[in-house]
Amino acid sequence: MAQQIRLEVVTPNGAVVSEDVDIVNAPGYGGDFGVLANHAPFLSTIRIGLLSYEQGKKRENLMISGGFCEVSNNKITFLVESAEIGQQIDVDRAMKAKERAEQRLAKAAQHDDLINRTRAEAALQRALARMKVSKMS
Amino acid sequence: MASLKDIKNKIVGVKKTAQITKAMNMVASARLRGAQTKMEAFRAYSSKFDEAMSNLSGGANISAFPLMEVRNVATVEIVVVTSDRGLCGSFNANINKLAEKKMKAYEAEGKKVSFVCVGKKSSQYFKKTGKVRKAYTDIMASFQMFHAREIAQDVADNFVKGKADKVEVLYGHFKSVAVQQPAVQEMLPVQPVADVSGASKKAISGDYIYEPSTEEIMDVMQPLYLNVILYHAMLEVGASEHAARMTAMENATSACRDIVNNLTLVYNKARQAAVTGELMDIVGGAEALKG
Repeated sequence: MAQQIRLEVVTPNGAVVSEDVDIVNAPGYGGDFGVLANHAPFLSTIRIGLLSYEQGKKRENLMISGGFCEVSNNKITFLVESAEIGQQIDVDRAMKAKERAEQRLAKAAQHDDLINRTRAEAALQRALARMKVSKMS
Repeated sequence: MASLKDIKNKIVGVKKTAQITKAMNMVASARLRGAQTKMEAFRAYSSKFDEAMSNLSGGANISAFPLMEVRNVATVEIVVVTSDRGLCGSFNANINKLAEKKMKAYEAEGKKVSFVCVGKKSSQYFKKTGKVRKAYTDIMASFQMFHAREIAQDVADNFVKGKADKVEVLYGHFKSVAVQQPAVQEMLPVQPVADVSGASKKAISGDYIYEPSTEEIMDVMQPLYLNVILYHAMLEVGASEHAARMTAMENATSACRDIVNNLTLVYNKARQAAVTGELMDIVGGAEALKG
């Protein structure tokens, strides 16, 4: 058995994942990165996107948004605002959120409203990430 | 003296009140359990967060961040977090009173004060002062992280624009089910987090690989940190509110019981007096017939 790394995903509503896994793939600030056991201490901010990990033959997909991750002492901790496991994602809701965000985006573009635009863009990205992750799992 | 019927009516009324307060007590205790689990779930997040922040503050050049800028304080903003609903004893009044005291103290020093009110009770209380910059009401019942984010963003913008030089959060600290205390926490400028576990941690933090640079990470983390502070305050108030209501309703129920006991005593005495009076009448009548 290869060495494993401890993965913890923590949100304000509690821990979502706490397991020993083989590899973790996450969307970092400068691009996706993978973390194996005994990785050097590392700290990165996280984009909205797909977090996946493998444990033997099992592969899990999660949608995460807004936060950062820390690697130290053979442990990788994600502190994110939301984390949802692939199978549990509500696709209909994400679809509706996507449409809503697109409308808001169009409206904000008309009025040249920067704050609303960035917010709508973030919402759109979250919705797209949810749909993508749910499709994969 | 009130008639028998009046007393009877009053007893029934008080008993009904007791029923309501008892029900409210039970609802509050159920909600309290929910709020407490929410708080516990959040504790893991916030303690991790503090850890990471303290790791970071070791390496970063602090003065470069707009949210950490220490200025001469001319305007203080107080974020007052209370519940939306009353009937929870002196819980909200205590928070509001402390806020008012703070306001007076700052104004005596010649500083300006503005309020951001979270929860209906604080916004009602401070409305008359005309110093409320923004009020968020009707969110305490089912608040989520994004509510805290919205408020934090607004407060941070205001700070960066220089309209406030210091921001404090006032909330009800949940000490235990029996004790809730108003508490103050400084929110802005962001204080460098003290190292939690001493020197050993510092040694590690130097070896971290940061992506992007520490400065950029701090830029992302600091707004998040504000969210954490605010969300924490809101959670505490949520739990405290229910605990306070539980106690208040329990007191009300037992007060109702006392009143019912007293009234029953009065009722029985009055009933007895009436019976005695009637007997006297009958006996008196019989005596008169005899004679």
